[in-house]
Amino acid sequence: MTTVVTENCQKCRFTDCVAVCPVECFHYDDDMLYIDPDVCIDCSACIPECPVQAIFEEDDLAEDQKKWIEINASRAPDLPVCSEPIDPLPGAEERKSELGF
Amino acid sequence: MSKPGSEGNPLKVAIVGSGPSGFYAAEALLKSELNTQIDMYERLPVPYGLVRSGVAPDHPKLKQAINVYAKIAESPAYRFFGNVTIGKDIQVDDLKKLYHSIIFTCGAESDRRLGIPGEDLRGSYTATEFVGWYNGHPDFRDRDFDLSHDTAIIFGQGNVAADVSRILAKTRDELKHTDIAEHALDALDKSNIKHIYVIGRRGPAQAKFTSKELKEFGELEDSDPILVGDELILNSESETELEDKSNAGNKKVYDLFQGFSQQNPSDNKQRRVYFTFLKSPVEILGEDCVESVKLEKNALSGDAFMQSAKGTGEYSEIKTGIVFRSIGYKGIAIPGVPFDEKRGIIPNAEGRVTDDNGSAVPGLYVAGWIKRGPSGIIGTNRADSVATVKALIDDLDLQNDSNDMPGEEAAINLLNNNNVNFVSFSDWKKIDDKEISRGEPKGKPREKYTYIQEMLDVLK
Ligand SMILES: Cc1cc2nc3c(=O)[nH]c(=O)nc-3n(C[C@H](O)[C@H](O)[C@H](O)COP(=O)(O)OP(=O)(O)OC[C@H]3O[C@@H](n4cnc5c(N)ncnc54)[C@H](O)[C@@H]3O)c2cc1C
Ligand code: SF4
Ligand code: SF4
Repeated sequence: MTTVVTENCQKCRFTDCVAVCPVECFHYDDDMLYIDPDVCIDCSACIPECPVQAIFEEDDLAEDQKKWIEINASRAPDLPVCSEPIDPLPGAEERKSELGF
Repeated sequence: MSKPGSEGNPLKVAIVGSGPSGFYAAEALLKSELNTQIDMYERLPVPYGLVRSGVAPDHPKLKQAINVYAKIAESPAYRFFGNVTIGKDIQVDDLKKLYHSIIFTCGAESDRRLGIPGEDLRGSYTATEFVGWYNGHPDFRDRDFDLSHDTAIIFGQGNVAADVSRILAKTRDELKHTDIAEHALDALDKSNIKHIYVIGRRGPAQAKFTSKELKEFGELEDSDPILVGDELILNSESETELEDKSNAGNKKVYDLFQGFSQQNPSDNKQRRVYFTFLKSPVEILGEDCVESVKLEKNALSGDAFMQSAKGTGEYSEIKTGIVFRSIGYKGIAIPGVPFDEKRGIIPNAEGRVTDDNGSAVPGLYVAGWIKRGPSGIIGTNRADSVATVKALIDDLDLQNDSNDMPGEEAAINLLNNNNVNFVSFSDWKKIDDKEISRGEPKGKPREKYTYIQEMLDVLK
């Protein structure tokens, strides 16, 4: 079991999730965040914090979202750690309303 | 003279309590640009607060949070003084003379009361006692829980209630490779409890379980979850609540309940966990120990997300010999520090301790459960401690004069003068190593020491 960030995070990157992660396992690139499954302790603290519901427990992923397990696992370790909230990407608020949140 | 936090004048901070909020406060200070020196005081010889003694033994992955704390403790600017109770061994007024600031992160170690007759009968316990006991907390080492009855009742609808009922529902095999204390494993092995009622005041749409914890009840070796279909009928406000997109967590929980209600319990399993809603205990009955509980049926009233449970005057009774109350933790006052008796917290404005008039008490701060009350999980405390440390640092900017505090030996002198046998972080590492090696032959991640003397004996 692990916890993964999915595509709703793209182009948005509100980092509300990061502030509550007890083990600093979020990593980021220009697009979105990724969780390092080797560090994540599956505490679920981040899940309700995400304003666009981008984070899921592995077991709760829809079939077409399962690919994100592998994407998080392979991307995260090579990217810098995001240990504190950073500014959302420009247009994040618009994207949030687009997604219906 | 230079400002505290500058090159020649380190900002000296005492942190009271070594749970998550204490360590995240230390982390935030260490990450700041300031020159800091942190002394963390902990009343037990062992660190990590409820991560060690609250979080359930069968959730080992969560306990890995301690690796982060151990790393923070490696900083040369950090010192650990275990086995020191602030307010007893050392007074807050004495700390004030040694530190620019004190951050209280001492958690919520007492319980709310139900306030009903029979609450103190033998056989009526708090979840805190039971959790502390199975997790090997020295305060609860010698508690004796009578598990000879076939029915146990847990009042509460949150994750602590879920932990207590799951531990009661699990077999020895399911627990023996966890860090559960040996004395608890042995006692639970002899338990006769077959029927476990988890009783909540509000409805299934308002239950505060997380879906992950709830799911486990469907996966136990010798226990099945039971939900009577009627229990899941919702009023229209509750339906509105579950339809709200922001309420995905409760919807998931409700769907799990629904799933449970459609399953037939297996004949091969001996234990049952019954999830019961909209009932409040009005009396615990018994001659000199618990014999039954009297429940009143509730109805919800109010708008969606604001609903409260009110008694309907319809009563029922369940026979039981053992009751656990899990209706919330509250803090304990520390002499010399303001305290809000009603809320069970240290009163504060954004982490700054406030007095009766609501004005900030200079130099005193608070974070974690003792600041917010007992809500939120391990990670919640990180954001919370970061906010408190930000307030502390902002206040420094307002200070123009500064006082130099006594040197590093001052704290040690104070402890020695008060005859306190304190435990350092490297001492704790010796205890830690011993616990881990004691666990190895049993296939346990560690076998905890459960008496303070045993912990101290390791260091002799
Ligand atoms: C039964 C239970 C299960 C939980 N399960 C989970 C879970 O599965 N996942 C999750 O993320 N969170 C869980 N939590 C929540 C989590 O443990 C808390 O959010 C967190 O521990 C609160 O941190 P804290 O630092 O404020 O308090 P605590 O962890 O309670 O730490 C307070 C520390 O202060 C010390 N102290 C108290 N008074 C003094 C004094 N006068 N002098 C010196 N030291 C003192 C105490 O000994 C303790 O070590 C659980 C909590 C409980 C009770
Ligand atoms: S809060 Fe959600 S959208 Fe924002 S960074 Fe975290 S996962 Fe991405
Ligand atoms: S589940 Fe917990 S540990 Fe994992 S990423 Fe989320 S907050 Fe961090």
